[in-house]
Amino acid sequence: MPHTHPIELLRFNTCGSVDDGKSTLIGRLLYDSKSLMEDQIEAMEKSATITGGGQINLANLTDGLRAEREQGITIDVAYRYFATPKRKFIVADTPGHVQYTRNMVTGASTANLSIVLVDARQGVIEQTRRHTYIAALLGIPHLVIAINKMDLVDWSEERFTEIRDEIEDFLPKFGSFHDVKFIPMSALSGDNVVDASTKTPWFEGPALLHHLETVHIASDRNLSTFRFPVQWVNRPNNPTNKELHDFRGLSGQIASGIVRAGQEVVILPAGIKSKVKEIWSYDGSLAEAFCPQSVTICLADDIDVSRGDMIVGLENLPGRSTDLQARICWMNQRPLSAGKKFYLKHTTQMVQVAVTQIENRINFETFDAEPNPAGLALNDIGTIRLKTAKPLLFDGYETNRLTGSFILVEQGSNATVAAGMLFPPLEAAKPEYADFAI
Amino acid sequence: MSSYHLDHLQYLETEAIHIMREVAAEFERPALLFSGGKDSICLLRLAEKAFRPSDIPMPFLNVETGHEFPELLEFRDRRAKELGAKLIVRTVDEAIAKGHAHPAPGEISRNKLQIPVLLGAIEEFQFDCAIGGARRDEEKARAKERFFSFRDSFGQWDPKNQRPEIWNLYNAKLNPGENMRVFPLSNWTEMDVWEYIKKEKLEVPNLYFSHERDCFWRGGQWLPVPPPHTDSTKSDPFAGARPKQNEPIKKMIVRVRTIADMISTGMIESKTDTIDDIIAEVAAARVTERGTRADDKASEAAMEDRKKAGYF
Repeated sequence: MPHTHPIELLRFNTCGSVDDGKSTLIGRLLYDSKSLMEDQIEAMEKSATITGGGQINLANLTDGLRAEREQGITIDVAYRYFATPKRKFIVADTPGHVQYTRNMVTGASTANLSIVLVDARQGVIEQTRRHTYIAALLGIPHLVIAINKMDLVDWSEERFTEIRDEIEDFLPKFGSFHDVKFIPMSALSGDNVVDASTKTPWFEGPALLHHLETVHIASDRNLSTFRFPVQWVNRPNNPTNKELHDFRGLSGQIASGIVRAGQEVVILPAGIKSKVKEIWSYDGSLAEAFCPQSVTICLADDIDVSRGDMIVGLENLPGRSTDLQARICWMNQRPLSAGKKFYLKHTTQMVQVAVTQIENRINFETFDAEPNPAGLALNDIGTIRLKTAKPLLFDGYETNRLTGSFILVEQGSNATVAAGMLFPPLEAAKPEYADFAI
Repeated sequence: MSSYHLDHLQYLETEAIHIMREVAAEFERPALLFSGGKDSICLLRLAEKAFRPSDIPMPFLNVETGHEFPELLEFRDRRAKELGAKLIVRTVDEAIAKGHAHPAPGEISRNKLQIPVLLGAIEEFQFDCAIGGARRDEEKARAKERFFSFRDSFGQWDPKNQRPEIWNLYNAKLNPGENMRVFPLSNWTEMDVWEYIKKEKLEVPNLYFSHERDCFWRGGQWLPVPPPHTDSTKSDPFAGARPKQNEPIKKMIVRVRTIADMISTGMIESKTDTIDDIIAEVAAARVTERGTRADDKASEAAMEDRKKAGYF
C-alpha cells in the first residue's frame, strides 16, 4: 500500500528452539500482510510438490540456503522486510540451534524488539531462558513472548498462564525490559498473529501485528549525551577552489545525543576544546543534528583529528582507559583462554588487545556466574578483563549501545570471534583543557 | 526538525552512508559497481552524501555482457562523467578473446560469464573491496548476505561460515588476495529504492518508463528484439537471442522493472510516465522484480550457486 507520509521503522528478531515455528511465524506475517508475491508463492508450491509432499511450507520462504531446506532448519540470520500502512519492519529470523547462538546475537544486536517463541506443549526450555537472557544482555528494550502452537493444547488459558508465570518468575533476574507482552497464538493457522483470534476469548489482546505496529519506540534512542566517533576525515584539498582547499570536515555517524552549530565540544583523546563552526551536509548546513544521523562537522580551530578520535559535549565525558571489563559472547570454535591477543574494534578504531582474565562464565541452567572458568567455548557468555595497547574512549553498554560495544577479531584468520559489552568506566576522561584557560 | 525523528528512508540513508565511509576508511583500493540501474543510481547519491565536498574516493566499475541496452550504457557513461568519477569497464567479449572466460556450448546468456570478468578486474586493479547495490529482499540467498561479505582468494562466498555482524561494527580485515563485497542497500526494498529516487529527484534511464518497443514472447516473458547486427566483421553478439520464425514480433508499450541485459530482462506491459506511476505500480505488484529475470529461474538455488562462485 503506498504511503504518503513518512513512517517509522521497527527492527525485530524472532528466536526460539528448533520447531517452535519461527520461520512459519514470519511466513505468516508476510502472507497475511499481503507482502508475499505470486512468484514466491508459486516457487513454494513448486518445491512443495517436489519435496514437501504437496503441502506449502511457509518456512521455505526464509530458509534461503540449500542446506537449510534440506535439513529443515535455519542456519543463518535471514532478513525479511514487510510494511503495513503504519510501519515498516526489518525482521531478523535467527536460528534456534544452540550452535548458532552467535547468529542470534547478531540478529538481536540491532533490534528494537525481540520475539521469543515458546512451544505451548513443551513450555519453558533451556533455549527459552537462553534467548530471553541474550535479549536482555543485548539491551533490547521490548520483549514479546509468543506462546505458539496453542491449537495443540486446546487453547488452554491455564497452560498459557502457567508458562507466563514461569517466565515472569525468572525475567527480573536477567535485567529490565521496557515492556514485555505475552501472546497466545498459532502461527500455522494465523490465530492472534495478524488478527485477534476468536479462540482466545480469555485473552485481552492485542494480536502480534497490532503490537508491532504500536509499541512505543521513539524513546529507545539515547538523545542525552553527545558522542561522535570520527569515521573519515573529509579534506577535498582542491588546489583550484580556495574554499575547498581550506575545507576540513570530520565525517561520521552520531552515536548518541544532539549537536548544534556554535556549540562547544571536546575532542578526545587530545582533550582540546573547540566550537562547532558548521554541521555540513550534502543537503546544506544544519542548525543541529542528532543520532543516528551521518554528518560532517567542521571545527572553529585547526586541530589534528583523525579516525578513531571522538567529539563529545562538555558534560558527561566518556571513560578513558586501557583496562576494560566486559561481558562477551564467544563466537568461535577455538575456545578463549586468558592471555590471548586480538584486534578489538570499537566505534571507528581498531586496537590490539590482550585478554588478561576470564572472570566468570554464565551457567545456562542456573544463570549463575561461575567464577574462574578454564576458558570460554563457542556460544559461551562470560565476563572478561582486557588490556588495550591504546586507551579506549567508551561508555558502559547499558547507557550507550554504540560506544559501549566492541568485537574481537582473531589475528591471522581475521575471524570475528566475540561480541563484547563494556562495563561502565570507573572514571571519566580528564581533558587537560582546564590548564589552557587563561 | 524539533522531534529528533528519522523516518524509514532517512534511517536507511544514514545506515548506508555510514557503511560507505567505513569502506573509504578501511580499504586501500575500493571500487563501486555502477551499472546505470536503479539500485546503483541510489549508491551514487549515497556516495555524494558520504564524501562531498571531496571527490568520491573510488572508481566506478562495470562488467558488460555485450548484450546491454544501448541507452543504459549512454546513461552510465554520462553519470560517471557528471560526478567526475573514473569509470572502468571490462567486458565478457574481451575476456572470451583472452581465454579468461569460456562460454558453455549452446548457452546464450552471459550472466555467469560475468563472474570471471569481475574477478579478473578485481585482480587487475588490485581492488580489495567492491561496493554493490544488491538488496536482501531481491532473492532468498541474498537474504542471508552480510553488509560486508567476505570472499576468499578464489572470490567465493561461504554462506555457512560468514562473519557475524554485530551492532554497526564491521570487520574489514583481509589477508592478501582476499576481498570484500559491501552492500550498503542490504536493508532496502524495491519500494524504498523508488521512494528514495523520488525524494532525491534522481534521474533514471528512460527504460524504466513506458515506451514503444518491438518484443517477442519466449520462456514465459516478453523479451526485447535486439538491435540489428551491422558490423559484419564480427559475429553477431545476439546470435540465438533473436526472434525465430515462430516467434512473431509485436510492437508494445512496455517498461523494465529490473535491468539485467537485453536477453535476460523481461519487459512488462505498463503505462507509467512518472516516478509516482512506478511507485503505484510497485505497490500493486503481485510478483517480485526478480520474477522478470530469466537468470534467477534456472533453479531454486540459482543465486546461491552463482554467489558461491564469485557473483556479487
